[in-house]
Amino acid sequence: MLLKELSEAVGISGKEDAVRKVILPAIKDQAQDIRIDPMGSITARKAGTGERPLRVMVAAHMDEVGLMITGFEGDGLIRFTNIGGIDERILPGLRVHIGDVNGVIIWTPIHKNTDQNAVKMTSLRIDIGAKDKDEASGKVKRGDRAAFDSRYLELDGGRMLRGKAFDDRGGCSLLIDLLQAETTYPVDVLAAFTVQEEIGLRGAQVAAQTLNPDVAFILEGTTANDLPNPMAAEDDEAEENPTCRMGGGPVLTILDTSMIVQPHILAFLRDTAEREDIPYQLKTRSAGGTDGGTIHTANAGVPTGVIALPCRYVHTPSAYLLRQDYDDALRLIKAVLNRITPDDLVR
Amino acid sequence: MVEDRNDETMTKRIPAKTKRNRPLLPVQADSLVDLLRTLTSAWGPSGFEYLVRDLIRAQVEAYADEIIVDPLGNLICRVGQGGKKVMVAAHMDEIGVMVTFVEKKTGYRRFAPVGGLMNTALLGSRVRFEDGTIGTLCMPDYFHGARTAAPAFDAYYIDVSDGAEDDDSTAQPGDAGVFWTPLEQRGSRVIAKSLDDRVGCAVAIETMRRLNKQTPNEVYFVFTVQEEVGIRGARTAAYNVAPDVAIALDVTVTGDMIHVEKNGLVLGGGAAIKLQDVGLIVPPAVRDWMIERALADGVPYQRELLSLGTTDSAAIQTARSGVPSGAISIPCRYVHTTSETVDLNDVESCIRLLTGLLANEITL
Repeated sequence: MLLKELSEAVGISGKEDAVRKVILPAIKDQAQDIRIDPMGSITARKAGTGERPLRVMVAAHMDEVGLMITGFEGDGLIRFTNIGGIDERILPGLRVHIGDVNGVIIWTPIHKNTDQNAVKMTSLRIDIGAKDKDEASGKVKRGDRAAFDSRYLELDGGRMLRGKAFDDRGGCSLLIDLLQAETTYPVDVLAAFTVQEEIGLRGAQVAAQTLNPDVAFILEGTTANDLPNPMAAEDDEAEENPTCRMGGGPVLTILDTSMIVQPHILAFLRDTAEREDIPYQLKTRSAGGTDGGTIHTANAGVPTGVIALPCRYVHTPSAYLLRQDYDDALRLIKAVLNRITPDDLVR
Repeated sequence: MVEDRNDETMTKRIPAKTKRNRPLLPVQADSLVDLLRTLTSAWGPSGFEYLVRDLIRAQVEAYADEIIVDPLGNLICRVGQGGKKVMVAAHMDEIGVMVTFVEKKTGYRRFAPVGGLMNTALLGSRVRFEDGTIGTLCMPDYFHGARTAAPAFDAYYIDVSDGAEDDDSTAQPGDAGVFWTPLEQRGSRVIAKSLDDRVGCAVAIETMRRLNKQTPNEVYFVFTVQEEVGIRGARTAAYNVAPDVAIALDVTVTGDMIHVEKNGLVLGGGAAIKLQDVGLIVPPAVRDWMIERALADGVPYQRELLSLGTTDSAAIQTARSGVPSGAISIPCRYVHTTSETVDLNDVESCIRLLTGLLANEITL
């Protein structure tokens, strides 16, 4: 599993090269037709046994959310904006790095902060310790990307994994494991490590148009909100909707804002998990989207399913993922590849 | 509280007062209403169009030269061969709900909207699941809360309780439902759920029947999926068909209600030839082709400028290297409620216009 290297690599949307550098050597001897397409996505083919005439695309995105430098203040503080969805309320106090330059995100000091109840990105700055504007703008440039400073950790003897960008380096790691597996699948696997998912599913669109698969599966990291809500009243009759739970196994999407999983594809995934005795769960919220959004409408249409890892605290420097969920997701996607036939795509 | 009446008496038509002028009805009104009743009583939320597809397929099989179902589930029916390739698109899907979460303590179902639901039109609505289960949409403390403001979707839940202790067998996460009311006819007006876009499907079906395979063009009648969630099926079908020109058939919002934007469209005013909406500017050549045909055939028509929403043509126009695309819209009141209302004369006008366009050679 390459999750450590993948998680610690910085690949904010539009500049995924460091992630590519981790992936390319890992799949070099495991797949054919390895290409970097004009958008920057990696596509590769792992030939099947020829038993079943199916071209199955499996996609995971390389990019992560982050920040982009937009300007400099006279005192050397740096303005920035977000790339991809970030809750600005988590930002104050976080360490970031802009290439080799280290900084910290600061908010208005507490004694001056009399009228700001909400954290707004426009009132946050990055402090890189520069003495003035010239020094700051000499070290970093407008347009540079700032990433969360985060170290990958394995907690509790490797039971729990912690790191940044599990959305979707977790998926990238699964996809690498799939290609590295010694099995030859009965179908052709068309792997796509895509770019620019977080800002509009863009790399996947081009990759799908080019690969023109018969069916696609997306490997994702998704939000597990299986936490008590400290704001909820004790006797509230309504329940918190967790979206998904850690430890519940791979998460299957029913629908989200980018696609509706066709009922027979969802049924195939559920059936596969049940037959193989792999725990799984359904995603209980429809928020968000995945590369499936642009893949399923590519060319003449591609039946598409989504298999996700339940992660707490995605889009922060410290996402949590259970090793067991990772292993179960890997078992599921392998079972899918071993089991799928052209008949499963027809309703 | 009204007296308890059974279904039969509910649907029995009350005779119109004799002194009133009878509404003008198109010649084939009865069969048109039957077709609309069949289509609107079918169950087909976006992504789950297979029942509607089977129904339509049975209706059109005799009038098509070739029929395929594409990977996303679009029903593509070819009529004629060799001439200009025309794609006619009407979407099979309808708005609805999808259960995402079952509340353990209460059994209430939380759901995601499928398509553009009106959150002002949800309270007390009924939805029907594929297995026939009826659910009621409600919100917490509706008796006080809903009087002043419509809450967001998150606040609503679906009640599928049947009085048994355990009602966990049905309406599970992943199960979709559609709004559920029977079709009613009031003179030349038809009131039903999902006229958006089953009336478009009806226009396509009836046009296929009238053409009876006779056309100098190569026409692809495409009954599309997933229009309501982002014109998704039309996009892939257009790639597949690669047409020279396309026409979408869909409902459009009239401006003849109180306190609405007066967009010039009236119910009963004729087929609406689309000029522009938020996703599509109809090329003048396509627009004029339609208007000239309407004038030549004496079909009542109106010009449609829609300031909200779009239809399948918006996706078709950008397929491959581009497709000149227009739309014939069926004027409709109360779109995306359970009481969508169309006029049978407008439906007939749309059928006549479309039949005329397709029966003649196309030079754009």
